[in-house]
Amino acid sequence: MKFKDYYAILGVERGAKPGEIKNAYRKLARKYHPDVSKEANAEARFKEMAEAYATLKDPEKRAAYDQLGRHGPGEDFRPPPEWSTQFGDASAAFDGMDFADLFAGLAGHPRQGGRHGAGGARRGQDYEVAVPITVEASFNGTEVSLDLTTTEFDEHGVPRRVPRTVKARIPKGATEGQVLRLPGQGGKGVHGGRDGDVYLHISLRPHRRYRVSGHDLFLDLPVTPWEAALGASVEIPTPAGAVNLKVPAGTRGGQQLRLGGRGLPMPQGGAGDLHAIVQIVLPPELTDRERGLLQELATASTFNPRRHLE
Amino acid sequence: MTSEPTDALWPDEQGRLRLPDLADLAGLTEAEVRELVDCGALTPAEGAPGQWIFGVRSITIARTARRLREDFELEPHGVALLLAYIDRIRDLEEELRHLQARLPR
Repeated sequence: MKFKDYYAILGVERGAKPGEIKNAYRKLARKYHPDVSKEANAEARFKEMAEAYATLKDPEKRAAYDQLGRHGPGEDFRPPPEWSTQFGDASAAFDGMDFADLFAGLAGHPRQGGRHGAGGARRGQDYEVAVPITVEASFNGTEVSLDLTTTEFDEHGVPRRVPRTVKARIPKGATEGQVLRLPGQGGKGVHGGRDGDVYLHISLRPHRRYRVSGHDLFLDLPVTPWEAALGASVEIPTPAGAVNLKVPAGTRGGQQLRLGGRGLPMPQGGAGDLHAIVQIVLPPELTDRERGLLQELATASTFNPRRHLE
Repeated sequence: MTSEPTDALWPDEQGRLRLPDLADLAGLTEAEVRELVDCGALTPAEGAPGQWIFGVRSITIARTARRLREDFELEPHGVALLLAYIDRIRDLEEELRHLQARLPR
């Protein structure tokens, strides 16, 4: 197993007083707690500091941790042989065990195989997993593969970290901020406790064309000044494929043209709308002919769009 | 170990939960759920005290409450206050997404 320097993770000295450890943890937790943080990688950082704090806040666990001496973070590490007595009789018990499991088992009955050894039914661990999906995946539904590390216990109550892949079908219409549940796909229950659940927190990846609000999609639609003035039928993309949209004569820049039911499907049935936001675009370079026609229009037209400013 | 794909379940907006089921899903004791209701962090959808019925949205709220309580070592009123702020931030973020979606790039 890899050694973890719990003091360094919390940014405190080895001799720190309990109050200093608590303060350091709370400050870091405010910054990295997944429920309140926007920091990248907050979840992983928080897990690390919560693990460090869980050991260092408990005098018994802290003393046991201190006994292990100083090692470099990430250094390959094997606990002293006498440690194996609390995890069964074989020192091989340490294989596949996570560093944190050494101390998790110390609560209450340190020499009786840890807290899971003799207890009653315990339900399996739940997992909260962030699942970013594309707009297309939301439109069509998708399948995702989640790599979890679950903790299982052998007959002596010795924990093992077991990698586990959970495949989930995400129904179509899943969108930003929704939470879906995979019942019974979390950690295994112990002594008849039910298996834990996996909660999927859906977010939508930014899309090169569409912006998403709820189940509605927004798309910038460039049109020429003459298409806006005279009206046109233009082809626009939708997640279901291209469709023709009628740009009415006299369309203004910024106007939203709505295509009902062309947005993301909704779980209860029906679908959101697709809104095309008109942007009036000039050719980057005018040809002589275009310039001539525009000059002619400038001379002929009496329209003053700034009359209200006079 | 690889399992077959499992269907991710929508929270059924019409779904209702009794207190023991909510406590089980949230990883709280029934007394802790009652405490969250007393503090105003959770609101039962219906029922007299003792026969409360909760909406499915309560699962996420109660689970967040448990994490906040454990991870920040907060007392229930502190949890309720934090939940209210988190809820408000979520509403504002949604409003912001809504407005940003309407802005041409």
